[in-house]
Amino acid sequence: MDALTVHRLHFAFTVTFHYLFPQLTMGLALLILILKTMAMRTGNEHYNRAARFWAKIFAVNFAMGVVTGIPLEFQFGTNWARFSKAAGGVIGQTLAMEGVFSFFLESSFLGAFLFGEKRLGPKAHWVSAFLVFAGSWLSGFFIVATDAWMQHPTGYRIGGHGEILLSSLWGLLLNPWLFWQYLHNMIGSVVTASFVMASVGAFYLLTRKHEESGRTFVRLGVIAGTVSTVLMAFPTGDGQVHNIVSNQPPTLAAMEGLFHTAQGAGLVIVGQPDIDNRRLDNPLTVPNALSFLTYQRWKAEVKGLDAFPPDRWPDNIPLLYYSYHIMVGLGTIFIAVMALASLNLWRGALYRSRPVLWLIMLMLPFPYIATTAGWITAEVGRQPWLVYGIMRTLEGSSPHISAGNALFTLIGFMGIYTILAILFLFLVYREIEQGPERPEGPLSPAI
Amino acid sequence: METVWFCLVAVMIAMYVVLDGFDLGAGAVHLFVARTDAERRAVLRSIGPVWDGNEVWLLAGGGTLYFAFPALYASSFSGFYLPLMMVLWLLILRGIAIEFRDHVQSLVWQPLWDGVFSLASALLAIFFGAALGNVVRGVPLDRAGTFFLPLWTDFTMGKDAGILDWYTVLIAIAALATLAVHGALWIALKTEGELELRARRIAARAWWGLAASVILITLVSFQIQPQLKASFQARPWGCVFPILALAGLVGARLMNSRLQELGAFLCSCLFILGMLTSVAFGLFPYVLPSNSDPALSLTVSNAAAPLYGLKVGLMWFIPGMLLAIGYFVYTYRSFSGKVNLDDEAPY
Ligand code: HDD
Ligand code: HEM
Ligand code: HEM
Repeated sequence: MDALTVHRLHFAFTVTFHYLFPQLTMGLALLILILKTMAMRTGNEHYNRAARFWAKIFAVNFAMGVVTGIPLEFQFGTNWARFSKAAGGVIGQTLAMEGVFSFFLESSFLGAFLFGEKRLGPKAHWVSAFLVFAGSWLSGFFIVATDAWMQHPTGYRIGGHGEILLSSLWGLLLNPWLFWQYLHNMIGSVVTASFVMASVGAFYLLTRKHEESGRTFVRLGVIAGTVSTVLMAFPTGDGQVHNIVSNQPPTLAAMEGLFHTAQGAGLVIVGQPDIDNRRLDNPLTVPNALSFLTYQRWKAEVKGLDAFPPDRWPDNIPLLYYSYHIMVGLGTIFIAVMALASLNLWRGALYRSRPVLWLIMLMLPFPYIATTAGWITAEVGRQPWLVYGIMRTLEGSSPHISAGNALFTLIGFMGIYTILAILFLFLVYREIEQGPERPEGPLSPAI
Repeated sequence: METVWFCLVAVMIAMYVVLDGFDLGAGAVHLFVARTDAERRAVLRSIGPVWDGNEVWLLAGGGTLYFAFPALYASSFSGFYLPLMMVLWLLILRGIAIEFRDHVQSLVWQPLWDGVFSLASALLAIFFGAALGNVVRGVPLDRAGTFFLPLWTDFTMGKDAGILDWYTVLIAIAALATLAVHGALWIALKTEGELELRARRIAARAWWGLAASVILITLVSFQIQPQLKASFQARPWGCVFPILALAGLVGARLMNSRLQELGAFLCSCLFILGMLTSVAFGLFPYVLPSNSDPALSLTVSNAAAPLYGLKVGLMWFIPGMLLAIGYFVYTYRSFSGKVNLDDEAPY
């Protein structure tokens, strides 16, 4: 393996692992806020108990998010030194803003939220829950802004020595790409949190433990999940597609597996890209649908890969194609599952309908798969560019770090993260086992 | 404008060392100070609500460094690749140890995480010290302003010194002593009874090691890095920084023996701030000196981002940091006073 490949795997591995945790915390922060609000409105202690239970899960996730996030911030400098030197004046801004505006906020008020329910009283405790929510969504904003700039650079100019200079901070923060990407990504985290909450609730109902809480979890999870899964496809997913259509046309062609430019292009449902022969094997397509989805005209021309020189093609077309199709396929399934669940909820049959509860419970891992696939789509789709149109990925890595040194640290991270994953699953499972109604005992001293 | 950002980054890093320093230091002495499970929980409770916020100073400082001095960020982070990665691993293990320790009640689980917490904290103090030593000593920068250092070679200071040589090891030991005293004073401030007494005793003992190593590293550093002497000669007003450090060092000792816990801890903060600002002042205008050819050194001007970025940076940085300081004052006030384990359990 050459050094560049190792650097890429290094970043991909650590960021993918990191994102497993914030996606739950960001979504859960919103749901906890909803629970706290219901507790205030109704005065029903039951909702506070539910909020407390989810706060425990939140705390474990948050700790994982923190410890896996710190390496990312440093890896820009350690593994991507040439990129950092060239573009640090721009993306350093958003990364520093994330630290200053959101991590300080989040870490300060999470302490107050976890430790201070009695000390603060209900109103101030609600405010601390709100600030934790605001901090985590702001943090998502700044980091997605960073990524959006790499996808679609704005507010910059090129200096005399080829360095990338910031020319407008607003250009960076109001990047048109960012609008849909941020909404899509944040709503995606609400999808994850809703499915997790509903799944835990379904588990309680199926095992006939903590049933009162189970019903609350299923209800809130299904309602939030129905709204958010629909929003994922439209308008936010559609908005993302339009970003790509207008700014990264070779990426669109690769995502859709469209090798040849076509009028009235079909939308591929399944099929395996065969790069050597430039065709799709075993395709199943909806005629003209791709043209319609991209240009709202059934016969519009959609550019295929053949319209672009191969050195502008994403370098891993099959991975890009599959991850995109996994995301969209799962998104469609999510809408169906949530629609079924809400229908049952509305008819008052959901809590007794074991097959539907089973289905909801087993959905637990799939939002994680969908978001990961989504990020792989975004990041592999950006290739071969590190900053789209300005800097190639192979121009960005650190000059003196050999493949051997980088592999050493990659293996180190893999080892540590394996241990973390085991511990995490063990602890979260224990919390779920013990449930929301257990007596308060001596618990975590920390965060 | 570069100088303004140099000062801001220096202050951010110094704040990081002062704040995260006490929880690292508390970790480093954890096993010696706290014997029973209740005592260990008390130590963890004393840093529980604040350690993550303290660590954010590192992130915010790193982020600030990134956009204000991108060339420095890129060069130093890639040059110190291996030790930095190890720092990251230690930060991970330490964070996990703090967070996960009390999720399971068992005679293996808790001692395991106490050990991890303590060892990782002590090693982090050592790594940070060694990093500072490398910055003062200088690194072999090439024309592109980059370098790569192995962890160690033969521990001498020659042209191909590694990250660890006798000088940087010396600084690392001084850093461990500094943070051990700092952390012990924090524990004394936040706890009661046996634990408080023991913490105070450890602080008093470690203080002698600290004082001795401070004298030693001061003498050696002036030999090794000529820029230090040049700076203090050119701008003698800078002597306030070492004087503050000295006052803090002596004050910490006196206040500790007079049982003025808060005073002793604040003096220790003053000492750390004084030492770090002295180093920053002494190295200025260098931000990363070259140990082969001074002309290749990175300085505030050749490592800084262009003016526009630095200017708009100030517009959001100042209000942002004022807010952040506000949260800190709020958090520390709401968790002020001695730790009480019977107080409400967090979730
Ligand atoms: C619950 C997860 C989830 C679901 C159900 C969907 N997505 Fe998604 N998608 C994400 C989670 C996600 C994500 C993880 O949040 C990504 C990665 C980067 C980003 O901003 O959002 C993403 C990226 C992403 C991209 C790539 C953007 C880029 O290159 O920067 C496109 C084109 C879409 N999405 C489109 C869709 C469509 C048309 C969906 C229809 C159902 C859909 N997504 C469902
Ligand atoms: C929003 C914050 C993010 C930023 C700033 C970011 C930035 C980067 C950078 C600098 C690289 C290395 C250069 C390259 O190979 O192009 C990269 C690669 C990658 N990232 Fe991201 N990333 C972000 C989020 C994510 C997330 C959340 C995931 C996954 C869940 C992800 C998955 C990947 C993958 C798979 C690669 C490797 C792509 C390849 O080399 O082909 N990224 N990203
Ligand atoms: C290259 C990409 C990334 C970097 C450099 C990064 C950096 C960090 C750091 C340093 C932390 C720890 C903060 C603390 O100490 O409190 C953190 C946590 C967090 N990150 Fe990331 N992160 C990246 C990707 C992402 C993405 C893609 C998202 C979501 C859109 C995200 C959202 C969060 C959130 C919400 C937290 C708070 C902790 C948590 O909720 O688990 N991060 N990140």
